[in-house]
Amino acid sequence: MTMPQVLTRARDTAREVAWLFKGIMGENAYQAYLDHHERTHAGGLPMTEREFWRDKMDRQDANPEGRCC
Amino acid sequence: MNNKQNGSHRHADVLVTDPDLPPVAVDPQQAEAEDRRWTPAKIALWLGIALLGGVSWAVLAIVRGETVNAIWFVFAAVCTYLIAYRFYSKFIERNLLKPDDRRATPAEYKADGKDHAATDRRVLFGHHFAAIAGAGPLVGPVLAAQMGYLPGTLWIIIGVIFAGAVQDYLVMFFSMRRGGRSLGQMAREELGVIGGTAALIATLAIMIIIVAILALVVVNALGESPWGVFSVSMTIPIALFMGVYLRYLRPGRVTEVSVIGFVLLLLAIIGGGWISETAWGVELFTLDRITIAWGIIIYGFIAAVLPVWLLLAPRDYLSTFMKIGTIIMLAVAIIVTRPEISVPAVTEYATTGQGPVVAGTLFPFLFVTIACGALSGFHALIASGTTPKMIEKERQTRFIGYGGMLMESFVAIMALVAALSIDRGIYFAMNSSAAATGGTIEGAVAFVNGLGLTGVSLTPEALSTMASNVGEESIVSRTGGAPTLAVGIAQIMQGVFGGANMMAFWYHFAIMFEALFILTAVDAGTRVARFMLQDSIGNFVPRFRDTSWRTGAWICTAIMVAGWGAILIMGVTDPLGGINTLFPLFGIANQLLAAIALAVCMAICAKRGFFRFLWIPAVPLAFAAVVTITASFLKIFSPVPAIGYWAQHAAFRDALAAGDESFGTAKTVAAMEAVVRNTFIQGTLSIVFVVLSIIVIATAILATIRSYRAGGGTDSEDPPVASRVFAPAGLIATPAEKELEARWAALEPGGRPARTGH
Repeated sequence: MTMPQVLTRARDTAREVAWLFKGIMGENAYQAYLDHHERTHAGGLPMTEREFWRDKMDRQDANPEGRCC
Repeated sequence: MNNKQNGSHRHADVLVTDPDLPPVAVDPQQAEAEDRRWTPAKIALWLGIALLGGVSWAVLAIVRGETVNAIWFVFAAVCTYLIAYRFYSKFIERNLLKPDDRRATPAEYKADGKDHAATDRRVLFGHHFAAIAGAGPLVGPVLAAQMGYLPGTLWIIIGVIFAGAVQDYLVMFFSMRRGGRSLGQMAREELGVIGGTAALIATLAIMIIIVAILALVVVNALGESPWGVFSVSMTIPIALFMGVYLRYLRPGRVTEVSVIGFVLLLLAIIGGGWISETAWGVELFTLDRITIAWGIIIYGFIAAVLPVWLLLAPRDYLSTFMKIGTIIMLAVAIIVTRPEISVPAVTEYATTGQGPVVAGTLFPFLFVTIACGALSGFHALIASGTTPKMIEKERQTRFIGYGGMLMESFVAIMALVAALSIDRGIYFAMNSSAAATGGTIEGAVAFVNGLGLTGVSLTPEALSTMASNVGEESIVSRTGGAPTLAVGIAQIMQGVFGGANMMAFWYHFAIMFEALFILTAVDAGTRVARFMLQDSIGNFVPRFRDTSWRTGAWICTAIMVAGWGAILIMGVTDPLGGINTLFPLFGIANQLLAAIALAVCMAICAKRGFFRFLWIPAVPLAFAAVVTITASFLKIFSPVPAIGYWAQHAAFRDALAAGDESFGTAKTVAAMEAVVRNTFIQGTLSIVFVVLSIIVIATAILATIRSYRAGGGTDSEDPPVASRVFAPAGLIATPAEKELEARWAALEPGGRPARTGH
C-alpha cells in the first residue's frame, strides 16, 4: 500500500470510530429523525434541531430509562 | 415439528417480500450452508481459540505456582466467550428463538423517528452495553475475591454463558416481538393476575433494595475522604452546566459537551487533591457517613423530580462517556502491565464460610455475591423497554443481547483481576468491617494477621504507605468493594501512566467513576420506580396515572426515596458493619429478579410449543431459584448469627432481655437495639422477596405445564408485519450479507425505504 492509500484508510477508520462513538453517545438522534421525516414525507416541516432536543428531553421526562447497577 | 412452529415457515402468507426490492433477509439455506462450511482457515482459527482457552484454563485451574499472571484470566475469558457466542448463542437462535428477518421489528413498523428508530447494530450494542453496565459487576467480584480467584472466575464465565447472557437475549427477543413491552407487562400476560402482581411488587421491592445498597457503596467510599467528597459533589454543578449548555447554548452537541464535562471532571479530581491538603478543605469536606447518606437521599429526591434535561440526562451522558473510556483504558492497562496475582485459587473461606468480607460458604453465597457480571435480573428491565424498540433486524438480538452481556461479564473479570492484584493483607484490612478492625491501623494489623492466612503478614507501614499513596487519611475498613477496586485500578494504571506519583489521582479517578455510575443508577432507579409506583397506585386512584401531575409525582418519589433512604441509613449506622451484612441481600434480590425474568421466558417458550429446548431457560432458572431460595432460607433460618438475620436478632434480643449492656461488636444498649431493629428489617425483607419470587416461579411452572398439556398456547406476540429493510445480523457482515448490502446500496435512493444510521 502506498502512503496516500494508508492515509485514506486511516482517515476512513477514524471517521468510522467517530461515527460509532457519536452514535453511542446518542448524538445522531436528530439526523435519524430528519431521515425518518424525509422518508415518510410526513406532513409539515420537521422540528428544528432545538425543538427536537427539547421534545426528546420532555419525552424522557415522561418515559424514564432505567440504568443498571 | 409442524409447519406452524417452524420459524422459517411461520406466517408465510403475511411475510411476502416486495418484488421491487432486494430480499430483506439472507436465504436461510444459504446462511445455513455458510455456517456449515468449515474451510481450513476457519477450522484453524477455532482450534486456535479453543487451544488458547484450554491452556489458559489449565494454568488457572490446575497449575499451582507461587503466582499466576493476570493475562491468563483475560485469555480464558475471551476465548470462552468467543466459543459460547459462536456455538451456544447460535444454538439458542436456531432451536429456540428462531428469529425471522422477513419480519419487521417495532423500530420499523412503529417507526416515529424518535422512540422507535432503527439503529445501527454496532451503535445499539454500545447503547445497550452502556445501559446494562454499572457498578454492580465492579463491586461483587471484589467481595468474592476472599474465596480465592477460581470460584469467582468460574462463576462469572460459566454463569454468563448459561444464565446471564441467555436471560438478556431471551427477554430482549420476546420484548421485541411484543412491541417493546416491559418485563412487568409480559409477566402479567403470561402468568396471570397473581403471578403478574407478585412480579410487579417484587420488582419494586428489589429496585428499592438495589438502589439502597448501591448508595451504601458510595457512602462507604466517600466517608472521611475530603478528596472524594469534593470531587464527587462537583459532578452535580458540572452536570447542571452541561444541561444548560445542551438546552440553551448548543442543543444536540452531546459529544462536545461530554468532552467538556470530562475535562471539568478531571479538574475536579485534581482540585480535590489540592483541597485535601488545605486545612479548611479538610474541615469542610470531611463528612461522616451519616451526613453523606442524608446528602445522597436529598440529592436522590431532587434529581428524581427535576426535569430530566437539567441533571439526569447530562449526568447520563457523562457516565456513558466515562464508562466506555475507562473500560477500554482498563483493558489496555491490564494487557500492558499483566500483574502477577498471588491469591490462592481457592481459600478456606469457600468451605468454612467464616470469611470476614461476606459471611457464608461458597454455595450459595458466592453466587449471590457476584450477581452482575454473571447473572443480573436488573438487565431484564433494560432489555425489555428501550433497546427492543431500536433493533433494526430480528437476528441482531443475538449480537446485542447475548453479546452485550458477555461484554459486561468481561468487565467483571477485569474488576476481579484488579482486586486480586493488590496485596492480600491490605485486601482484608480494607474489606473487614470496622466492627472487626476497630477502624485503626493497629486493630486492622492485629485482626488480619490473626486470621492465620498463609503468606499474609501485614505491617502497619504497608497500610499507612498505601493510604498516603492514594491520598487518604486511612484505608482501614473501607468496605463495599469500591475503594478496594480503586486501589487495584490505581496500582494497574500507575504502571502505565504516571508511576507512583499518580496513584492518588488514579485512585480518586476510579472512585469518581464508580460514584458516577452509582449516582446515575440511583437517579434513574428512583425515577423508574416512581413511575412504576404511580402506575400501580393508578389502578386504585386513577389520578396517579397522570405522570405530569406534580403532587402525585412528588408523593410517589418521596415514598420511593423514603424506602431506599431508610435502608441506607440503617446500613450506615449498623453496628455489625452494614455492607457486609446487607450485600447478600443485594445479590439475592438481583438474582430473584433474574429468576422471575427467566420464569417468564420459560412460560413464553412453552406457549410457543418448544418443549424440546425448554431446558435453555429452565436450567438457569432452576439454578438461580435453588441458589437464591437456599440463600434466602439460610438468611432466614440459619442458627449461625453471622449468617441468619433472625438468629442474630434473637441473640441480641436475648442479650438485651438478660440486661447485658454490650454484646459482640455492639458496645452500647442503643447499638444492641439498633441490631435488633436492623436484623428485623433485613429478615423481613428476605421473607418478602423469597415469598414473592416463589409465587412468580410457581405460577410460571403452572403456566408451562398448562401449555405442555395443550401442546402450546396462544402467543401474545404482536401480529407479524413484512419488513422492507435489510441489515447484517452480527458485528461483521458475512459474505451473503455483504452481497445483499451491495444490492440494497445499488437501489435508486427514491426506491429505497431509507434507513437511519450512516
